[in-house]
Amino acid sequence: MQFDTPATTNPIDQLTIVGQSIPRIDGELKTTGKAIYAYEWDEENIAYGHPVGSAIAKGRITSMDVSAARNADGVLAVVTTLDVGKREKGKQNTANLFGGDEVQHYHQAIAVVVAETFEQARAAAALVKVDYAEEKGVFDLSEAMKTAVKPKDAGGAPPDTAVGDFDAAFETAPVSLEETYTTPDQSHSMMEPHASLATWDGDELTLWTSSQMIDWWRTDLATTLGIDKEKIHLKSPYIGGGFGGKLFLRADAVLAAFAAKAVKRPVKVALPRPFLVNNTTHRPATIQRIRIGAERDGTITAIAHESWSGDQPDGQLETAVMQTRLLYAGKNRMTAMRLAELHLPEGNAMRAPGEAPGLMALEIAIDEMAEKLGLDPVEFRILNDTQVDPEKPERPFSHRDLVGCLKRGAEQFGWSTRGKPGTRREGDWLIGTGVAAALRNNLLVPSAARVRLDQDGVVTVETDMTDIGTGSYTIIAQTAAEMMGLPMDRVKVRLGDSRFPVSAGSGGQFGANCSTSGVYAACVKLREAVIQTLGFNASEVVFENGTVRSGTRSVPLAGVAGPDGLSAEDTIEWAELSDSHQQSTFGAHFVEVGVDIATGESRVRRMLAVCASGRILNPITARSQVIGAMTMGVGLALSEELAVDTRRGFFVNHDLASYEVPVHADIPHQEVIFMDETDPISSPMKAKGIGELGLCGVSAAIANAIHNATGVRLRHYPMTLDKLLGGLPALS
Amino acid sequence: MSYSSQVSFTINGESRVLDVDNRTTLLDALREHLHLTGTKKGCDHGQCGACTVIIDGRRVNSCLTLAVMHEGDAITTIEGLGKPGDLHPMQAAFVKHDGFQCGYCTPGQICSSVAVLEEIKANIPSHVTADLTAATTVTEVEIRERMSGNLCRCGAYSNIVEAIVEAAGTRA
Repeated sequence: MQFDTPATTNPIDQLTIVGQSIPRIDGELKTTGKAIYAYEWDEENIAYGHPVGSAIAKGRITSMDVSAARNADGVLAVVTTLDVGKREKGKQNTANLFGGDEVQHYHQAIAVVVAETFEQARAAAALVKVDYAEEKGVFDLSEAMKTAVKPKDAGGAPPDTAVGDFDAAFETAPVSLEETYTTPDQSHSMMEPHASLATWDGDELTLWTSSQMIDWWRTDLATTLGIDKEKIHLKSPYIGGGFGGKLFLRADAVLAAFAAKAVKRPVKVALPRPFLVNNTTHRPATIQRIRIGAERDGTITAIAHESWSGDQPDGQLETAVMQTRLLYAGKNRMTAMRLAELHLPEGNAMRAPGEAPGLMALEIAIDEMAEKLGLDPVEFRILNDTQVDPEKPERPFSHRDLVGCLKRGAEQFGWSTRGKPGTRREGDWLIGTGVAAALRNNLLVPSAARVRLDQDGVVTVETDMTDIGTGSYTIIAQTAAEMMGLPMDRVKVRLGDSRFPVSAGSGGQFGANCSTSGVYAACVKLREAVIQTLGFNASEVVFENGTVRSGTRSVPLAGVAGPDGLSAEDTIEWAELSDSHQQSTFGAHFVEVGVDIATGESRVRRMLAVCASGRILNPITARSQVIGAMTMGVGLALSEELAVDTRRGFFVNHDLASYEVPVHADIPHQEVIFMDETDPISSPMKAKGIGELGLCGVSAAIANAIHNATGVRLRHYPMTLDKLLGGLPALS
Repeated sequence: MSYSSQVSFTINGESRVLDVDNRTTLLDALREHLHLTGTKKGCDHGQCGACTVIIDGRRVNSCLTLAVMHEGDAITTIEGLGKPGDLHPMQAAFVKHDGFQCGYCTPGQICSSVAVLEEIKANIPSHVTADLTAATTVTEVEIRERMSGNLCRCGAYSNIVEAIVEAAGTRA
């Protein structure tokens, strides 16, 4: 199905099942421990692989002595990076995962030790001796930014944009701001470590793994192993979190495949938690310079956002200026991004790549500007709203209700009672509130599905879509149930298997909208097949309550298909609607914090998100996406920072005790409001993404609340107490 | 010299005898030897709580204790609380309140929360208990404090607290 004209009325609009608050259909499995994750699949005669990581950040391996490891109890094989030699890299990977003598980053996989038991493999892995020829690397972004270059590409967009004459407008603006903001390297730190179980049958590989994107992994694994993609069967039905960290093929899959080949047995490999940070990817740190000029009435006349980030050679930008191209009006504007070469582990996508760190900076700057203008920050944002792409005014937004989010949120939150900075105190706590706008684009990716109606009237959906906690199983079942006029218990959903049609996968908050649209397309075909089988007049047919009705004729869906069932498969493909219309999602975050006047400790007391992101397919799972993102936003604001050892070139705090993600005690009750809207230009589902929008702006709202509480303006994340202490009022 | 030992304990009411490498954690004994994979390995060194089980009524990070240390113990895992179609009230409350997303920390959260309610009932104070002489009550603040050893990166905390409050049958 080609989606090339805005959606009109379709069966989804009935909203008997889609849009309803239906609990997750995998909920009972997950709460009883019966959902099976990658490392848990049962195979006969499994051997255990344990990885060995590089102890240097850059250089070459000159020799490896594996004799002690190989002779250790229970060891079956040691497969080294020298044994397998340099491999062709998967196209989605920046750094090599395994193979060859070159070391590109700390904890790059350089061997896998395979033994009868986990304990034996782990013990023997410590016996591998490695000699390196270490080379000098560059690890400090603040130094490397001086030699940063303009890359060819910024995730499909130009690295630089300019409209009007920013310099002149900024120079003459009566009110202006110029500040620099920084965000640190951040870690996905999903709860399930990357893990794979590989088993070979001749030249065919079956791999249970933990992947957000089945087809990307399969393709890149084939490239890395040097085998035909068709020889790989990849399965990932349950994924213990990803947040972008499982978008691209990782070392566990490659190590398990080589290890299983070597010992001719199934082998499973999980990355030990302390490997995750330096062996896999992270969100790169940014240094951002923002300049804004405005008239005294608050009209923005000039806005500029520049960002510097680093990555491995041939790596990518953290595209932190993207939202600034779209969020606010302003006749004169420029954005620019520069990429520095660093030899830290690979930087790559983490939840809301670009917008998350970009809004962490921009939305503080907007708050600062409102303060300079003497305007309420909600009003200042509303004043500078735009209904068209400010860089290309001929391009309207498909639907944009940022103003509605701000107004609704302000009312719900009690924004009007907000006082001046540093004026509200309860005991030892300085109390403040903050607001920030959210924007994240609605991305469209082709997505296919297969649906089959059996003779009992049960519809089974198969697609290689993944459910990383997002609720894919449930919303896909809802889509098929709505389309086929069935109750939820007559729909089965099978996901995460490379034998199923290739879906959008889980990333870029495109999964829900695109994968359900693919299921919609397949169901349209299945409906046609049913109608044809029954010889009904297509224009009058209604699928409802398990029956197919046409005029006075009504036939149960059970029994329409013979013993072979009726199957249909289709792909949703996207035409030019995304060129003619800017498709984005919008939100407003409101936060109340308390800052301890003696210690500078910040505590989040209240949180509200208002989201405008098209039709909400399931308010329960959508809300969970948003509160989860808000929680991550608390971490990014207050505690999360990968500490760089700039001498040795690695992230020091590579575990969950020292990389501090929020815990229960950090998170208050969270409130989420969805604006009642649809976006027919987005898809036949009229939905858009939500999972990343929830993170966009949260951290800045917290920063702005801290300013309102204390009068201290912080521009460098995370906003730990040491940064606040000096600015707090004297204790009396 | 032998590196393995025999250990017998009760898991979810069933007696089990295992020969395990002395280095085998209780977590790996459950997952790799008994194939009770509901107990999750998130960090394998006591930082995340995904491996929480209940031993003789107390919650324990099963990655931080060796299997051979549990001779004669009664161990309850997520599989022992309830099963699909026959959920423990806490499991049902987690489903109802969507107290999870990816599901990986969930068995640990549920085991921990079941034991937390027992701790409060037993009047065991926590860091946030204001009055040590009064009876401890189920409040959101108490739950958040006591559950803070169970990380959830999906960020379901707000819903988890609601689920636990409901399961406690108490208005917080």
